[in-house]
Amino acid sequence: MPHIRNYTMNFGPQHPAAHGVLRLVLELDGETVMRADPHVGLLHRATEKLAETKPFNQNIGYMDRLDYVSMMCNEHAYVRAIEQLLNMDVPIRAQYIRVMFDEITRILNHLLWLGAHAIDVGAMSVLLYTFREREDLLDCYEAASGARMHANYYRPGGVYRDLPDNMPQYSAAQWPKKELARRNANRQGSLLDFIWDFTERFPKCVDDYETLLTDNRIWKQRTVGIGVVTLERALQLGFTGPMLRGSGLAWDLRKKQPYAVYDRMDFGIPIGKEGDCYDRYLVRVEEMRQSNAIIRQCVTWLRNNPGPVIADDYKVVPPKREVMKKDMEALIHHFKLFTEGYCVPMGEAYAAVEHPKGEFGIYLVSDGANKPYRMKIRAAGFAHLAAMDEMSRGHMLADVVTLIGTQDIVFGEIDR
Amino acid sequence: MTVQALQDNLQQHFPDSPLILAGNELTLEVLPNQLLDVCHKLRDDALFKFAQLMDLCVVDYLTYGCDTWVTDQATTTGFSRGVEVHGESTWTKPRFAVVYHLLSVEHNFRLRLRTFAPEPYLIVPSVLPIWASAQWYEREAFDLFGVLFDGHPDLRRLLTDYGFIGHPFRKDFPLSGHVEVRYDPQTKRVIYQAVSIEPRVLVPKVIRDDSRYEP
Repeated sequence: MPHIRNYTMNFGPQHPAAHGVLRLVLELDGETVMRADPHVGLLHRATEKLAETKPFNQNIGYMDRLDYVSMMCNEHAYVRAIEQLLNMDVPIRAQYIRVMFDEITRILNHLLWLGAHAIDVGAMSVLLYTFREREDLLDCYEAASGARMHANYYRPGGVYRDLPDNMPQYSAAQWPKKELARRNANRQGSLLDFIWDFTERFPKCVDDYETLLTDNRIWKQRTVGIGVVTLERALQLGFTGPMLRGSGLAWDLRKKQPYAVYDRMDFGIPIGKEGDCYDRYLVRVEEMRQSNAIIRQCVTWLRNNPGPVIADDYKVVPPKREVMKKDMEALIHHFKLFTEGYCVPMGEAYAAVEHPKGEFGIYLVSDGANKPYRMKIRAAGFAHLAAMDEMSRGHMLADVVTLIGTQDIVFGEIDR
Repeated sequence: MTVQALQDNLQQHFPDSPLILAGNELTLEVLPNQLLDVCHKLRDDALFKFAQLMDLCVVDYLTYGCDTWVTDQATTTGFSRGVEVHGESTWTKPRFAVVYHLLSVEHNFRLRLRTFAPEPYLIVPSVLPIWASAQWYEREAFDLFGVLFDGHPDLRRLLTDYGFIGHPFRKDFPLSGHVEVRYDPQTKRVIYQAVSIEPRVLVPKVIRDDSRYEP
C-alpha cells in the first residue's frame, strides 16, 4: 500500500489572486487545506520607522501609501491623532469635506474589492463595471487634491484647500466633438455638482452589480457557508469593520464613537447573520449605498455653507501666499513651518477611524519634538490576515482565494 | 458608562497599578508578572468586558527627549550639527514598554495597558490565551524590537526578511540598516553586502518649550 501524506504547496507571492505580495504556505490533504501559514512582509517599508525621522506634516504622504486603495481614510486617522495631541479645533466645513471624501474613499475601496473579489472567484465582468465608476471618483480626488490616488489632502487643522468651483473637463484635442460633449456633459459645474450627479447615478450602478452577483447561482455556491466566523471568534481575533459586522455585531465607529461630523449624518449600519463570505459581500454592498446617502447629505450642506477649510493658526498651518507678501510675521511662520515643522506637546494619543476595511488606528507618542517619537499603525487587514489559518482550515484549495477576497487584503497596510 | 466611571472601577479593582488620564484616554500601567491576571479580569469582569485586543506594540524609549539640534546657541558650523544627538534622555523608566490597546464593544470604551519589559532579557508573558489576535502582534513586536513573549507557541519573525539579523525598530538600529542586497553578475546570484548609503538627517529633531502646551 502506498504511503499517503499531506503535501505542502506554495501560493504566491506572485499569484494574481494573492492581492499583491502574499506568500501562503498551504499544507494540503488532497485538495483540503489542513494548515495555512501566510508569510507577509514582502512589502515592508518600515513606514513607522521612517515617520520617526520626518516632521509631522511630511508623514501625511506615507499614509496614502499604506492602504493604497483607501487613501484619505488613512490620512484622516493620522491627522486626527496629531489634532488630539495639539488639542486643535477643525473648521466645520473641513469636517464635512473630510466626511464626504471618507465616504468617497469607502466607495472607491469597496468597488475595487468587489471587482477583485468577483474576478478571483471567476466572474470577469464585474471588474469592468466597477472600474468605470472608480474612474469618476478618482477624478473627484484629482479635482480636489491634484492627485488621482496619493492625495495628501488632509492636514492637521483641516484640509489643504477648498473644493474647486470648476470641474476639470476633457480637452478638445483628444476627443471627437460628439464624444467630447458626452464626456463633459456632467462636468459643466463645480466639483460638488459632479459628485451630486454621481450620487444620482450610483445606486443604479450598485443594482447592476447586484444583478450580476447577488442571485447568481455560481456566486452563491462559492461564497455561502464559506469562511464562517462566529461573533465570539470574530471578537477574539480582533476583527473590525465589515468582517465583524458580517458576523452580526452592529459595531461601527462612525456611530459608536463618532468623529468629524458623523453624528450629524443619517445612515444605517448593515449587519450579516451567518458570518460567511456571502454575508460580508451583502454588508459591503449595502455600505456602498449608505455611503452614497452620506455623500449626498454632505454635498447639500457644503453647497450652502461656505467658510474656512483649515484652522487659522500660524503655529501649525502655513499662512496664505497673499498674506505672506505683506506680513512679516506670516513670512517667518512660513519659513519655520517648512524648515523645521511644528512641535507637538509631549504625550500619547490613539486615534481610530472607521476605515473601509475596519478600524484603522494611529498610536502616536510624542516627546515634544517636531517629529513623532513613535508611530504605530493599527491596520485592519493585519488582524484579518492573521486569522487566515483558522478561517481556511478544512476548506478546499479554491476557497482560499475566496477567503483572501472576502478579507479585503491590501498589503500596503499589512506590511506597512 | 463614561470614562469617569471606568476610571473609578479600574482604581477600585487594581489599586496598586498607576492609572493615567490624558485627554480622554486612560492608561493603566501594570507589572509584567501581574499582566495575565489583570488581562483576565479586564476581559471577563462584567464591569470591563474588554473583548478585543485592538493593537499591541512596543515603544523604545532610548532617545526619548533627546534632540539633534542645539536651539539655545547660535550655529557656527551650519547644518552638519544636525546629525549629533544632544542631551540625555529624560526617560527614567525601563527602556522597552509593551503597549496594549483594548476595546470593549459592550460598554464602548477603550483602555491602554502598558507594561515595561524587564531588562536584560525582555521577557513579557504572552496574552495569546486571552486574546487570539495577539498571535501576529506579538510576532511583529518580537521581530521589530526583540521583546520575548513567554508562552507564545510560534514566535517567528514576521515582517523582516528570512534570516534577518537584528531588531530594526530599536532606536539604536540605523534607519538605512546594516546590509543591502544586489545581483552579482560574477557569481550570478543575489548577494548581501554592507550598506553603502550615507546616513543623513534632512530636518533636525528640535524640542521647543511652548508655553501654550504647559500642563
